[in-house]
Amino acid sequence: MRDIRLLDQAFAPESLTKPFVRANPGLGGYCTFVGEVRSEEDVEALELSHYEPITLPGMQGLADQAFARFDLMGLLMVHRIGEMLPGEPIVCVSAAARHRRDAIQAVDFCMDHLKSAAWFWKREKRGGEWSWIEPREADHHDLARWRK
Amino acid sequence: MAVRILFLGPLRDLAGKEAIEVSAPLDWSVLLQSVGEELAGQLQSDRVNVACAGRVLSDKTSLNARDGDEVALLPPVSGG
Repeated sequence: MRDIRLLDQAFAPESLTKPFVRANPGLGGYCTFVGEVRSEEDVEALELSHYEPITLPGMQGLADQAFARFDLMGLLMVHRIGEMLPGEPIVCVSAAARHRRDAIQAVDFCMDHLKSAAWFWKREKRGGEWSWIEPREADHHDLARWRK
Repeated sequence: MAVRILFLGPLRDLAGKEAIEVSAPLDWSVLLQSVGEELAGQLQSDRVNVACAGRVLSDKTSLNARDGDEVALLPPVSGG
């Protein structure tokens, strides 16, 4: 079971993960990560932009890599786009597998790639002013962990 | 028909607009001439990618956009 989506409205992660888990009968376990917009002192909003022709196909390609690399039964990968408020979910990845390590590692793998290699651009609003968020060196190190 | 050049993320602020249209065909050197000096400088950085007709080019200097194609300029993606 594979469910890869972009959402332009706020979502409740449980409303996606519950049906996902039910759709993978016989699983040995599943692992879910939900990322939220961090509450920082003066951040009023976060906006994620994407480019339709490549962003979702890129996520599908990432799912292909995860299925090739780990022994998975199912993968749910949902990412928000548009404007969000602190505390709102921004990403939800859930992996179902026969064995736990495949599920846990697949989620970690997908998250590292979503953060530093997926086609999203973020900007944040502080004091009424928008500013773009630059790439972080730490994200590239996270990605390098998966190169053999 | 023409080629639409689309600016994404911070490059949109730099361009001051979402997109421009230029006449086809469009190759790398014409692209650099079409976007202005500041954006051309950014484009020459390894960190900026180019997509043509929905595909990210592995070698952006091989760009060859035809009538009706959309060329998107992709700045580095944000971490966080």
